Amino acid sequence: MKRRSFIKKTALSSFTALIGAEIVFGSEIMNGYIPLALQDPDPFKMFSKNKGMVILNNKPWNIEAQAHLLDDKVTPNSSMFIRNNGIHPEEINPKTWTLTIDGESVKSKKTYTLSDLKSKFKHHTYQLTLECGGNGRSEFDPPAKGNQWTIGAVHCASWTGVRLRDVLEDAGIKSNAIYIGYHSADTHLSGDSKKEPISRGCPIPKAIQDETLLAFQMNNEDIPLIHGYPLRLIAGGWPASVSGKWVNRISIRNKVHDGTKMKGTAYRIPCNPVAPGEKVKDEDMCIIESMPVKSLITYPKTGATINEGKALNIRGHAWAGELEVEKMEYSIDFGSTWTICAVENPINRLAWQHFSASINFPKKGYYEVWARATDTNNIAQPMILPGWNPKGYLNNACHRIAVKVI
Amino acid sequence: MIDQKEFRKKIKKAEKTAHIAIFFSLIASILLLLAVYNPTFLIFENNKSNLIYSDVVEDEDKIENGIHLRTGLVDAEGLMTVVNNCTNCHSAKLVVQNKMSAESWNTTIKWMQETQNLWDLGDNQEIIVNYLVTNYPHTAKGRRAILTNIDWYTLKN
Repeated sequence: MKRRSFIKKTALSSFTALIGAEIVFGSEIMNGYIPLALQDPDPFKMFSKNKGMVILNNKPWNIEAQAHLLDDKVTPNSSMFIRNNGIHPEEINPKTWTLTIDGESVKSKKTYTLSDLKSKFKHHTYQLTLECGGNGRSEFDPPAKGNQWTIGAVHCASWTGVRLRDVLEDAGIKSNAIYIGYHSADTHLSGDSKKEPISRGCPIPKAIQDETLLAFQMNNEDIPLIHGYPLRLIAGGWPASVSGKWVNRISIRNKVHDGTKMKGTAYRIPCNPVAPGEKVKDEDMCIIESMPVKSLITYPKTGATINEGKALNIRGHAWAGELEVEKMEYSIDFGSTWTICAVENPINRLAWQHFSASINFPKKGYYEVWARATDTNNIAQPMILPGWNPKGYLNNACHRIAVKVI
Repeated sequence: MIDQKEFRKKIKKAEKTAHIAIFFSLIASILLLLAVYNPTFLIFENNKSNLIYSDVVEDEDKIENGIHLRTGLVDAEGLMTVVNNCTNCHSAKLVVQNKMSAESWNTTIKWMQETQNLWDLGDNQEIIVNYLVTNYPHTAKGRRAILTNIDWYTLKN
C-alpha cells in the first residue's frame, strides 16, 4: 500500500515509453527528481474516481461529485467525495494494524488486531449516508472559509464491519462515559507530528447505535485507502467527519471529546440563530449532531432539453440525518405549486431513500425542477439558504436542475 | 631591386600579420571553449553566474497568460509573497476558492498561526491580504443564486 513510491518506480522505468523518446543522460537524473509531467499523479486514476468529479483541493485532497454522478442507489467508489484534513497514510500493514480502546471511561484498556476484530465480533452490513458538514458551503454569503463544496459531498455506500458498541462493551464502558473520540493514522499538513489533523467523535448514545460500525469493507471490498483503509468508524446521518478514517484508537471519554476540530467554529454552529456575518463567541457555538433533511435530483443531469409533449422522468435520493424522509415533492414553477412524488422506504435506518417522478410541462420554455424533502418531524428543505453560520455548514436548500422544453 | 626589397618587406609584414592573426584566433577559440564549458570564467559579464540557475527558476515560477503555472495563482503584486507563504502546507486551490474580506483573511491567518503552525508573516501579511482581496474579491451571492453555466444537451428517451 505504498502507492507513491510504486508510481515512482514504475514511472521511472517506463519513462521512455511515456515520453516517446529516449532520455539522454537518463542515468544522470538526480536522485529523487521526478520529471514535471509525472510529479502529480492523476488523482482520478490514483483514487479510481470518475473524470467528472471536481477537485477542490489537492493538498490535502478534497474532491466532490456532481449530482448526476450520484445516480446509483448504492454509491460506487468512483463517485464518492474525498474530504481529507491531513495527509493520508501511505503504508498500511493490515497484519500489524491495531485498534486500542482507551480513555478515562474505559474499564480496561484493550488493543485488538484487525483479525481479532473480524473474528471476535459479529459482522453487520448497512447502507449509510455520509454527508460532509460543509456540503453546500459555496452558497453562503458572506462566504465561509474552507473548501467550497457545492452539492457533491454526500454518498451512501454499503459498509461492513463490527458494531462499535460490541467492541466498546468488550473493553467495558464505565457509567460516567459521555463521549467517544477517535484517533487516526493521518498526519498534520504542517508536518508537526504532535498535531492530529482531525480527532472527532460522538456522544455515547450515537456510538452504541446498531448502525455505528467499525468498518473494514466498503461495497463488499476492502475500503479504498483514501476512504480509510483498513478501518473506518462509520456514523451515518451525522457530519461525515465523525466517521474517522484510518482509525487506530478510540477513547471513551468522561467529557465531551476535545480533539482537533471539536472546538471553535469547526463542525459547530451558533446555538441560537444569528444574522449573516455576525460574530459568534466560542461559548455560543454548539456541535453539529444529526444532519438536516436534504435531497438531490440525480437524473437527468441539469441542462436537459426535451421535446414538447414528452414526459420527463426524474429520480434521485433523499435523506434526513437521524430521521427518515416522509414526503418528497417537486415543483416546476419555483415553488408556487408542489407535486408529491413517490419515495421508497430506506433499506435500513440512516440509508438514503430513492424518489422518482414523471413530469409533464404545460408549454415550451425554460424550467427548473426543484426537489423538496420533508422529514418525519415535518421539517422540510428551504428553497433559499438556511441560517447563516460562520463556517457555512448545513446548507440543505432545495436542489434544482435546469430543463428546456422545445 | 627596390621592388624586390619592398616585396620582401611586404612578405615579412604579411607573415607578422598572419602570426598575430593565428595568435588571436587561438586566444579567441580558447575563450570560446571556456565560455562554453565554464561560463563563470567570463568575469566581464556580470550576470553570467545567474544564468546557471535561470533554467530552474523559469520552470518553477513560469508565468503564462498572467497565471503562475505552478500554483494557478494570478500574476499580480504580491504573487511571490503569497506563493512562498501560503502554498507550503496546502495547495493554492484552497486559497483561491475562498473569496473573503480582508478582515476574514486576517482572522483566518490568525487561526492558521494558532492551530496550523503558520509562522509570523510580519509586513508580508498586508501584502498577502491585499493580493487576495484584490485578485479574488468577494461577490455578493444573496440568499440563492440563479443557475449559471448550464451545459445544454438533448435528452434522449
